[in-house]
Amino acid sequence: MKPNTAQITTLKIDGHDCGARSDETILDVAQENNIFIPTLCHIDGLQDIGACRLCLVEIKGSNKLLPACVTRVQEGMEVTTNSPRLQHYRKAILEMLFSERNHICSVCVSNGHCELQWLAEQLGLTHISVPYLHPKLEVDASNRRFVADHNRCILCTRCVRVCDEIEGAHTWDLYGRGVDTRVVSDLKQPWGESESCTGCGKCVHVCPTGALVEKGRSAGEMTKRGQFLPYLTLMREERQ
Amino acid sequence: MTKARVATVWMDGCSGCHMSFLDMDERLLDLADRMDLVYSPLVDLKEFPLEVDVAIIEGSVSSEEDLEKLYHVRSRTKVLVSLGDCAVTANVPSMRNPFDLDCVLRRGYEENADVNRQVPVENVPRLLPRARPLHEFVKVDVFVPGCPPSADLIHFVVSELLEGRTPELAGQCRFGA
Ligand code: SF4
Ligand code: SF4
Ligand code: SF4
Ligand code: FES
Repeated sequence: MKPNTAQITTLKIDGHDCGARSDETILDVAQENNIFIPTLCHIDGLQDIGACRLCLVEIKGSNKLLPACVTRVQEGMEVTTNSPRLQHYRKAILEMLFSERNHICSVCVSNGHCELQWLAEQLGLTHISVPYLHPKLEVDASNRRFVADHNRCILCTRCVRVCDEIEGAHTWDLYGRGVDTRVVSDLKQPWGESESCTGCGKCVHVCPTGALVEKGRSAGEMTKRGQFLPYLTLMREERQ
Repeated sequence: MTKARVATVWMDGCSGCHMSFLDMDERLLDLADRMDLVYSPLVDLKEFPLEVDVAIIEGSVSSEEDLEKLYHVRSRTKVLVSLGDCAVTANVPSMRNPFDLDCVLRRGYEENADVNRQVPVENVPRLLPRARPLHEFVKVDVFVPGCPPSADLIHFVVSELLEGRTPELAGQCRFGA
């Protein structure tokens, strides 16, 4: 176990008094106290990178909205996790995610098991108010067991991180910039030709959407099993 | 009491939303007491009537004819309901959007045909370059996502509208459902 030098901090989240270790993030503490903050790029067991910005919260005394997953708690902090302003931005982010690629839930293998779709429902999104871009994107089915469908990718990089941090293969990476960014396997080779991929399937099961799926699943069938991660991380920490 | 004048319209959709509407079963009788269905693919009427209270549209805007119909319906309707994922997101019809329209037509009518290989040009409306949701063209008052939305959800929407309320659907429905 790592030596624990963290101190105890007290803060308020949505008016509740919370105790926390000083090395915890606002998201950690909110979750420990059953306060819901929407997230997409965060997954228990992987390093947080603050990429999706769905977990933005308000902190008293600051005009900036801060991502709860990468913001450490501070003594006396007063956090608001839900307000009309936060709802507005979270919806806007979701709408942009939907419009940026081709999300056609009714024919998606992950329909009914998708974190993006579920969040849209939770946050009360009934339509997308920005124009759809309809980009022409690849479906890479070269892998024997898995498919990478870039039409459904939200660039959360969970696949990149799990493959690097847990599997140790670092097959996935990011390529390009802005809306042209893609996750790529190895040096932008078809996944089926990747020499680094061990075929473990961890990336598939942490992917929040229908972007990475098992082959041979039809619409609505692809359930993800991401629960193995905290366990693996814990085992590893104990060994070190 | 005057009955609400309700119309349903079908554009580039599969009719699944209308089938879901019919799935209300005997609840339709109760609705029928409270509204007049003045226009619908289920009713043999050619002209969209004047002064419609509620128009419920299924399907995306995919052809010039759809677009004309949409503007026409909007101008004669008080409350416009976008019913189902094709109307709300363009859904399956939009799967052609990443491709050039000529390629799509050639693929459908020439490459995949054994006989009569030609793209029809007479007596058919011209396709728009992309299939789009209704609200990208006109103001939509109520969005009901789902593929198709359930009969219960449609019943709730229509009942609320007949009571003069705007149905609050946030958190009650999802894309693809
Ligand atoms: S990945 Fe999720 S949001 Fe995207 S099409 Fe599939 S079910 Fe819908
Ligand atoms: S299957 Fe395993 S090794 Fe291959 S890319 Fe995914 S996480 Fe990496
Ligand atoms: S493939 Fe899945 S896990 Fe990887 S970045 Fe895209 S959405 Fe995230
Ligand atoms: S969960 Fe915090 S930025 Fe994505």
